[in-house]
Amino acid sequence: MAKIKLSNTKVEQIKAICKEFNNNKGELINVLHKTQGVFGYLPAEVQEVIAEELGVSVAQVYGVVSFYSFFTMVPKGEHPISICMGTACYVRGAEKVLDEFKRILNIQVGQTTPDGKFSLSCLRCVGACGLAPVVMVGEKVYGRVSTDSVKAIIQEYQKEKCS
Amino acid sequence: MKNIKVTIDKKEVEVKQGTTILDAAKSVGITIPTLCYLHLKDFNITNRPAGCRICVVEVEGRRNLAPACATECTEGMVINTHNIRVLNARKTVLELILSDHPTDCLICAKSGNCELQTLAHEFGIREIEYQGEQSTYKKDMSPSIIRDVDKCIMCRRCEMMCNEIQTVGALSAVNRGFTSVVAPAFEQDLSCSPCTYCGQCVAVCPTGALTEVDHTNQIIRLLADPTKTVVVQTAPAVRAALGEEFGLKPGTSVTGKMVSALRELGFDYVFDTDFAADLTIMEEGSELLDRIARYLKGDTTVKLPILTSCCPGWVNFFEHQFPDMLDVPSTARSPQQMFGSIAKTYFADKLKIKRQDMVVVSIMPCLAKKFERSREEFSTDGNPDVDFSLSTRELAQLIKQANINFNALPESDYDAPLGESTGAAVIFGASGGVIEAATRTAYEIFTGKTLEKVDFTELRGLESIREATVDFNGTPIKIGIAHGLGNARKLLERVRAGNSGFHAIEIMACPGGCIGGGGQPLHHGDSSILFARQKAIYDEDKSKAIRKSHENPYIQKLYKEFLGAPLSEKSHHLLHTHYFDKKKVIEIDE
Amino acid sequence: MDTKYKMYLLVCGGTGCRSSQSNVLEERLRKHLKENKLENEVQVITTGCFGFCEKGPIVKVQPDNTFYTQVTPEDAEEIIKEHVIKGRQVQRLLYKDPDKKEIVHDSKHMGFYRKQLRIALRNCGFINPENINEYIARDGYAAVAKCITEMTPQQVIEEMKKSGLRGRGGAGFPTGMKWEITSKSPGDQKYVVCNADEGDPGAFMDRSILEGDPHSVVEAMAICGYCIGADKGLIYIRAEYPLAIKRLKIAIQQAQEIGLLGKGILGTKFNFDIEIRYGAGAFVCGEETALIRSMEGGRGESTLKPPFPSVSGYLGKPTNVNNVETFANVPVIINKGADWFNKIGTEKSKGTKVFALAGKINNVGLIEVPMGTTLREVIFEIGGGIKDGKKFKAVQTGGPSGGCLTEKHLDLPIDFDNLVKAGSMMGSGGMVVMDEDDCMVSIAKFYLDFTVEESCGKCAPCRVGNKRLYEILDRITHGNGKMEDIDLLRNLSKVIKDTALCGLGQTSPNPVLSTLEGFYDEYVAHIKEHRCPSGRCKDLMKYEINPENCVGCTACARNCPVNAITGERKAPHTINQELCIKCGACIEKCKFNAIFIR
Repeated sequence: MAKIKLSNTKVEQIKAICKEFNNNKGELINVLHKTQGVFGYLPAEVQEVIAEELGVSVAQVYGVVSFYSFFTMVPKGEHPISICMGTACYVRGAEKVLDEFKRILNIQVGQTTPDGKFSLSCLRCVGACGLAPVVMVGEKVYGRVSTDSVKAIIQEYQKEKCS
Repeated sequence: MKNIKVTIDKKEVEVKQGTTILDAAKSVGITIPTLCYLHLKDFNITNRPAGCRICVVEVEGRRNLAPACATECTEGMVINTHNIRVLNARKTVLELILSDHPTDCLICAKSGNCELQTLAHEFGIREIEYQGEQSTYKKDMSPSIIRDVDKCIMCRRCEMMCNEIQTVGALSAVNRGFTSVVAPAFEQDLSCSPCTYCGQCVAVCPTGALTEVDHTNQIIRLLADPTKTVVVQTAPAVRAALGEEFGLKPGTSVTGKMVSALRELGFDYVFDTDFAADLTIMEEGSELLDRIARYLKGDTTVKLPILTSCCPGWVNFFEHQFPDMLDVPSTARSPQQMFGSIAKTYFADKLKIKRQDMVVVSIMPCLAKKFERSREEFSTDGNPDVDFSLSTRELAQLIKQANINFNALPESDYDAPLGESTGAAVIFGASGGVIEAATRTAYEIFTGKTLEKVDFTELRGLESIREATVDFNGTPIKIGIAHGLGNARKLLERVRAGNSGFHAIEIMACPGGCIGGGGQPLHHGDSSILFARQKAIYDEDKSKAIRKSHENPYIQKLYKEFLGAPLSEKSHHLLHTHYFDKKKVIEIDE
Repeated sequence: MDTKYKMYLLVCGGTGCRSSQSNVLEERLRKHLKENKLENEVQVITTGCFGFCEKGPIVKVQPDNTFYTQVTPEDAEEIIKEHVIKGRQVQRLLYKDPDKKEIVHDSKHMGFYRKQLRIALRNCGFINPENINEYIARDGYAAVAKCITEMTPQQVIEEMKKSGLRGRGGAGFPTGMKWEITSKSPGDQKYVVCNADEGDPGAFMDRSILEGDPHSVVEAMAICGYCIGADKGLIYIRAEYPLAIKRLKIAIQQAQEIGLLGKGILGTKFNFDIEIRYGAGAFVCGEETALIRSMEGGRGESTLKPPFPSVSGYLGKPTNVNNVETFANVPVIINKGADWFNKIGTEKSKGTKVFALAGKINNVGLIEVPMGTTLREVIFEIGGGIKDGKKFKAVQTGGPSGGCLTEKHLDLPIDFDNLVKAGSMMGSGGMVVMDEDDCMVSIAKFYLDFTVEESCGKCAPCRVGNKRLYEILDRITHGNGKMEDIDLLRNLSKVIKDTALCGLGQTSPNPVLSTLEGFYDEYVAHIKEHRCPSGRCKDLMKYEINPENCVGCTACARNCPVNAITGERKAPHTINQELCIKCGACIEKCKFNAIFIR
């Protein structure tokens, strides 16, 4: 009997989410959305519970999780930074902005800083092309970002730690 | 259904509505190359994700090319299967697939038997213009199956077999785009997945992405080791298929030649797993009768139906998927394991050698047997009852390596005492065979009468789920048979629901039973081969002087000299086993 | 709009303006109204997108059509005190015509709006999308009422066919015909699906419609359900659109509450309800068969057509899939009649099309123009021309499936067929404008990078072929290309288009083919001369110092992060090319125009 570890409350939470969608395997993506909303990410253990509840194989759940870029198996940083790589942002210099974030944070796309504070990702068009290039930190949208303003954006969140 | 007319390469063809371009072309002798497409007509299995795009053809009036395997003919369709546009497209697509595939064909396990290699040869690919990054993955070595995912071409056949046919759910397509590949959950090794090692994925893989663990080199070394007594056992289904590897017609039984070949290879004793199959019938049959007798006496705790347990893929399946029913299957070990157990006790004693100095090798149509032999419970003091399990394909490889002219070999007989068997044992190789063998013995023991007619044809066939009632002199015994794990699941769910009414059920993990096992020569979806093998098995049964397990004189002798009686304490110790709950459970971690 | 108020302040609540604090602005406006006890005379309304995202946040004052741009929360007090109380427009917030340098007092006279005809966007920027009554007040739900009480499903289908409306999601399949096929497909259960998985980078019309006028989509789906015999609708929407999701949910709930969705709608026997399904970040799910797999809880892998969703779609049942903008046109067609609609546009493309203008253009935003409007009108009149007075180079339409159109296409009347003929496509309507600084090889590479990232991986030409296309483009932009690579690109593009399984793969080489067609010389310059004519490709750039201009001030050397510049004080400096990382710091610091890029 192989065992996986998860706290009771978490298991109950996942089960409740599955139940909310009638344990219907057709609702797998909705279940994953909601679960990720609660836990922040979808570690293997969580996927095991979902597979069991919905009556699908774990391989299938992972097949879905790994297909969609929205789902993640690693926790994101406290302040997830996303750079829009839509065309409008690209032609207005998003690549340079991204390079600057990489340089200052010293991480690559998909990574989290060692202190767990920031993670870096690219996202597709958020539809705020008027503000290109666009950067999102958590839910907050920064428009017309230039390489010069990158430092200030990061500092805004670093200060929080001291206060 | 109405017929429609199409034109293929200027030939007019009339086909039934719903016919694909591929089939329509085939009907007029036009071969269109395919790669991901796989069709096993008699098992109702079709894989056509239309993903490889090797079978594209030009349909006049259509903007792009159409995949012939998945495009249905429509009235008046004009199809070109080999103009420049089509040939260039196919060749370019094949080059693309090859550009993301290792080119170590010389040392690949599938070399000579690889569909991709064959296509590259047929297309005359001499260079790959589109070079670029290749996907690389860690090699996954399980006890039975090697996954060399670098060689995966995303044909999805394994995924289809694992999920739709076997309902095992070990594999799924994961990731997307260039990084997509077929893998177990979290891209872990197969050993962390619910894989049953049935090997059906290996049997359909067109490339070297899925192959069996190869032990031929170890065997060669052991055969040359004078301190070891190397004993070999051959499973019933092997004799019906091995000849195919040497160009013989499917269905040619090569028992005698195989025995000669094994002797030439240098095995000290050539025995037959069939002997152990007869032993299995004695134990499993007695268990069945015991349960039925208790049931008829009104014992409500008795578990019926009894499920056969000689198929290791099936055992793995219920340990993972039906852990609540572990007390339903028979506790009898499989013939392979019974053989190993007896060889390393009874026979080793006779030879007066230590079990450590004996090496037991089994030749099996199966890949799950490799895993089964590695189970801890089947070893004593760290020494396994069966040391190596080779597939039919590996044996053929071994014979070829030794430069033995197989077809010219004389026929010879197995050694005694573990080489003697009955017709009942031979039919273990076909779906329905185990239960028929058990019925022959159980009937005579239960009724005390001699069977008039040994052949229970109602239990034979290749339908996926079969049911039959056998009259045990007034007591109707209801029997179920399923082959393929998806069918097994259906039957098992009826058992779980509690109203199946069956007394005994035979289950084989592979479609067709052992003749279609994951370790057999590849049948590439041609089910006529399976029918031929099946016929060979039943013919051999018919040709045997003794056709009931309990009449095997060497079995009788074994009980008399060593075991006592079926289900005796010694039998329990050596011939029975127990099962484990392998389902993943969530441990609460407060 | 409620008539009890004297004045209305319409504040844009679209994603773009929200990102610039339009919600704080709105609160402040309300606060200041309250302070001045005007809350019963002046109403603040959150609307959907006005389209003019470039100048957001937008506040429009009705009834006088005053159009304030780039309004900050700090401006709220002044708007209330000056405009509302004293009746004087706040001059500094008014839109200034960039050509005539004149202030525009009435939005109707703005170049951005003059040539527009808003059908799909008719309510965006006019109504509060969270209030069903405002939608109803503008003929909302009249169309569905007319359909289910006065017309047979076939009559509605005929009307749709007559209107000539073609699907706005990409390929332009006639909507009425699609409905007819689905209605005639046998099935006990059928579905209406709204494709709101807007994935083209640079296109955001579906999001804006859902944020600004969600009821129009809800109503149209009900009409479609009535026509095809479906009682269930599903909206598949990107999870990246939280505001649109919120407003859709509100709209569905409001419609249910007053019986416009649910059982026995408007006292008829017609039942219809809508559920929302979320995308999870996969562009390929905009392709209808992949979308359906995704809605079923699986990997969004495309499947072969036929069977088309109209015959076998969601859960194997006949399913009609239309995109958001297509649906938004439907109620108007029913209300005003097919004959009104089919007079707009060109011969084979009727009605209007919404475009998202983005890139190097002055007026970034969302516009809607009649089919047949030329690219020149869109880019130079509505779009206000190229940013910073640069030269127009190309416009990319149709997203990753489309192509780049050049100067010679500027007078092309835009419709489905003309764009395809020109080597691009309508797609969902993204228009990204490029100027002289954009390297077209890099643009093609950008799109291929996107397609490689977003390919589902099911078919070999898309999975491997696009990767190889990308790699070839990548080596060209790094100066490692060969002339043979151009032949490879051409053959590979042709084969991918011919053999890929779904629309994503079949169109993915378009950016390569169209840039090869329009900008062949740029490819050659990269390959033969190792030169990027736009100076975008870092590896092909060389920073050099003109000794005649250099005075030896040492500013460049001091600012070079890798110490690649050396030279005596007051003597011309030189750049060590081995060390230079082409960051451009030196060129920024040089006051004497001595540094140039070769």
